[in-house]
Amino acid sequence: MSIDISQFLVTFYEESFEGLEIMESELLNLDVGAADNETINTIFRAAHSIKGGSGTFGLNAVSDFTHVMETLLDEMRDGRRQVTQEGVNILLSSVDVLREMLTALRDSAELNVQRVAATKQQLDTLLGGDAVSSEEKPQAEQAPVESSFQLWAIDFRPHLDMLRTGNDPVRMFRELSDLGELNATVDVSGLPAWDELEPEESYLNWKLALDSDKDEADIREVFEWVDDECDLNIHQAAGLFVEAQHEEAAPVQPLATPPIQDKTDTVAAVGTNAGSAKEPARKPTASGDTSIRVSIDKVDELINMVGELVITQSMLSQYGEAEKIDTAGIERLRDGLGQLERNTRELQESVMRIRMLPISFAFQRFPRLVHDLSSKLEKNIQLKMSGEQTELDKTVMEKIGDPLVHLVRNSLDHGIEKPDVRREKGKPEQGTVHLNAFHQGGNIVIEIIDDGAGLNKDKIIEKAVGRGLLVEGEAVSDEQVHDLIFHAGFSTADTVSDVSGRGVGMDVVRKNIRSLGGTVEVTSKVDIGSTFTIRLPLTLAILDGQLVKVGTETYIVPLISIIESLQVKMDKVNTVSGKGEVYRLRDEYIPVVRLYHVFDVEPDGRELTTGLLVVVEAEGEKVALFVDDLFGQQQVVIKSLETNFKKVGGVSGATILGDGTVALILDVKGLMGLYQKQTPARDLYLVKSSDAAA
Amino acid sequence: MAETNQTLEVGDMMSASDEGQQYLTFILAGEEYGVDILRVQEIKGWDSVTHIPNTPEYVRGVINIRGTIVPIIDMRIRFDIEQLAYGPTTVVIVLRVQGENGDRIMGVVVDGVSDVYNMSDEDIKDAPDFGSAVDTKFVKGLATVNEKMVIILDIDHMLNSQELNEVDSVVE
Repeated sequence: MSIDISQFLVTFYEESFEGLEIMESELLNLDVGAADNETINTIFRAAHSIKGGSGTFGLNAVSDFTHVMETLLDEMRDGRRQVTQEGVNILLSSVDVLREMLTALRDSAELNVQRVAATKQQLDTLLGGDAVSSEEKPQAEQAPVESSFQLWAIDFRPHLDMLRTGNDPVRMFRELSDLGELNATVDVSGLPAWDELEPEESYLNWKLALDSDKDEADIREVFEWVDDECDLNIHQAAGLFVEAQHEEAAPVQPLATPPIQDKTDTVAAVGTNAGSAKEPARKPTASGDTSIRVSIDKVDELINMVGELVITQSMLSQYGEAEKIDTAGIERLRDGLGQLERNTRELQESVMRIRMLPISFAFQRFPRLVHDLSSKLEKNIQLKMSGEQTELDKTVMEKIGDPLVHLVRNSLDHGIEKPDVRREKGKPEQGTVHLNAFHQGGNIVIEIIDDGAGLNKDKIIEKAVGRGLLVEGEAVSDEQVHDLIFHAGFSTADTVSDVSGRGVGMDVVRKNIRSLGGTVEVTSKVDIGSTFTIRLPLTLAILDGQLVKVGTETYIVPLISIIESLQVKMDKVNTVSGKGEVYRLRDEYIPVVRLYHVFDVEPDGRELTTGLLVVVEAEGEKVALFVDDLFGQQQVVIKSLETNFKKVGGVSGATILGDGTVALILDVKGLMGLYQKQTPARDLYLVKSSDAAA
Repeated sequence: MAETNQTLEVGDMMSASDEGQQYLTFILAGEEYGVDILRVQEIKGWDSVTHIPNTPEYVRGVINIRGTIVPIIDMRIRFDIEQLAYGPTTVVIVLRVQGENGDRIMGVVVDGVSDVYNMSDEDIKDAPDFGSAVDTKFVKGLATVNEKMVIILDIDHMLNSQELNEVDSVVE
């Protein structure tokens, strides 16, 4: 077939993964014993489309596997089989295996074949085995033969109306010839007299001899689309046939009518560049192309807005063309400009909304997680979710997934107690983990609430003292205690399980969330439960920035990293060994970073008193940036410098200001790195703010 | 508006003939250099740029071209030719550079745009080896047009490898 189907592979994978997610969530909804037929149907449909798709793309391992699942589901649907917990569990692990298979295929990665085989075995056993496995076995036995070339005899008799469905035998032959050496002989006995001939009907039958190392399934695949429109007989030709075919070939071929002869010729010609073309087509592009599904409403909304924008533009240009603009004209122009501004803003908002997805995409993996973990931990846990429709940026969503999983695991493992413990405490045996999401200001807030044991303050303090994070007897507030759990290597679990308790994680969670420009906090009451609250910006594409001026340059400091800005009092400036400047702010010594020095630009003034200090913080360290002046604060759209250039130290990106010029957005952490490199190391021992404060 | 007009002209000339390849030439210190015209995105007048800290001197900075941040390279500094104050004929040629990580858009500052020539591959002769005296790494070849010599540049090579390496080393 001349169409390169590999281009649809990406879509296939995407849809399959979606299908797997549907299967997973529906399987979890399945009530054992009293299964809802509609639910099973949904699962069945998802499995069926994966099977169909993988068959089309020749991913036979996947389609075979799905076929077995489908058989099982079919029996469940027809009521021939009880929906058992065992069945559901096997189906769930089949979903996992399928996901692994598809991921491996997509990334051309190694696949854990044993696991696939084991799961398939389980499925087969559940199905009563023999019926299916006997169907599979002959194929397995053929496997050793497959590797060598062998002759296939294909008897291909299209029905009269095959051509009407848009299927062209020549294309199929061409594809066959990619599989190996192809010899085609045509049987024209079906041809009617010339005046009875319908050009759109196919009267010809073919006998094909294919010398190929491919197996029957590969050959059948070629005829996949015409399955119902022809009689097809494929069998392995015995050695005898080879002889016969050689004898036969010569006399039969001349029988073909001239145009058909041409066709066979082309087929034979193509046959010479055998085989190899097929393989690369199957290899998926490993490129990180991601796509997004946008509801048609959002697109329509956009189109409407663009339409309005065009109208406003033409209105404005009409006003602008007037030969003389009087006061009324100016008034009209102003109105038009106002309208333009409104349109632009709306347009921007709806374009941003395209990137927004409901958080349910991140939430949907949790039913499975809770289901699996609660049986593993022998706990009875119910998962509640609310606010799933809250939207946030796709990029943020992708990055928040892992931290969320970690926090939920934590709640399941450490938070919720075992049923007997809960009973003793007078709580219902079933614990609840509640995932909640909502918008607040320009942020999305995600809460993970459990009704478990809560954080054990004494235990945390004890551990903290043990690790030297706290001094014994030191008075600490609840917040400080709760903050301790985010320290690296901190765990209050008595035993390390494979679920959690290794103490890696919470610090990573906080780091990841901070890298997204968000925060995470925890509140907790003993025996009532804990609440983790994550606050994230809705999008990574827009940032609240403070514009600062150094000489002729304007830079943008992310507002979130600014602690305060202040005028310099010279008596608070000290130097360390005459070079490293520090500023005493309350009880801290903060290193002063002269931005003009780091970035090598000509400032308005080199005296600290002529400018301002902007105190910024990144990952717990503070520095004071010396700038000439502060401009306003504004939301800026983040543009990548890397698209056309390269990552630049101390700069996280760029943006375009109102006048069309480019301004660089500062990367506070990177700046500190640059500064430390520029300052000789010996000056730094006192400059570290934490040391200075002690 | 001037900018759009110029872009249009380039487009017209492209369709005007299909013999060989077309090269846009520009002047740099009296010498004429040519680049594959299909790589030229647009030609615009020199405008102020935003300086990027800690980059080689020939990276003048970045500008905004319809929402894309585009780095600007000064060819005089790049080729180590004496600098000249930017004047009214100073232009920025915006080029599409093919690299390992896909296409990138970059602008080069030159003294002025000269002409568009048709040239086939046979017209372009290999550049002689000047030894260490002249760096011919970025030169694809030399061609003669109307008894004048045109230096055909390999922009992918010129604006990629070393460019990135040098910038990289600043970041590390």
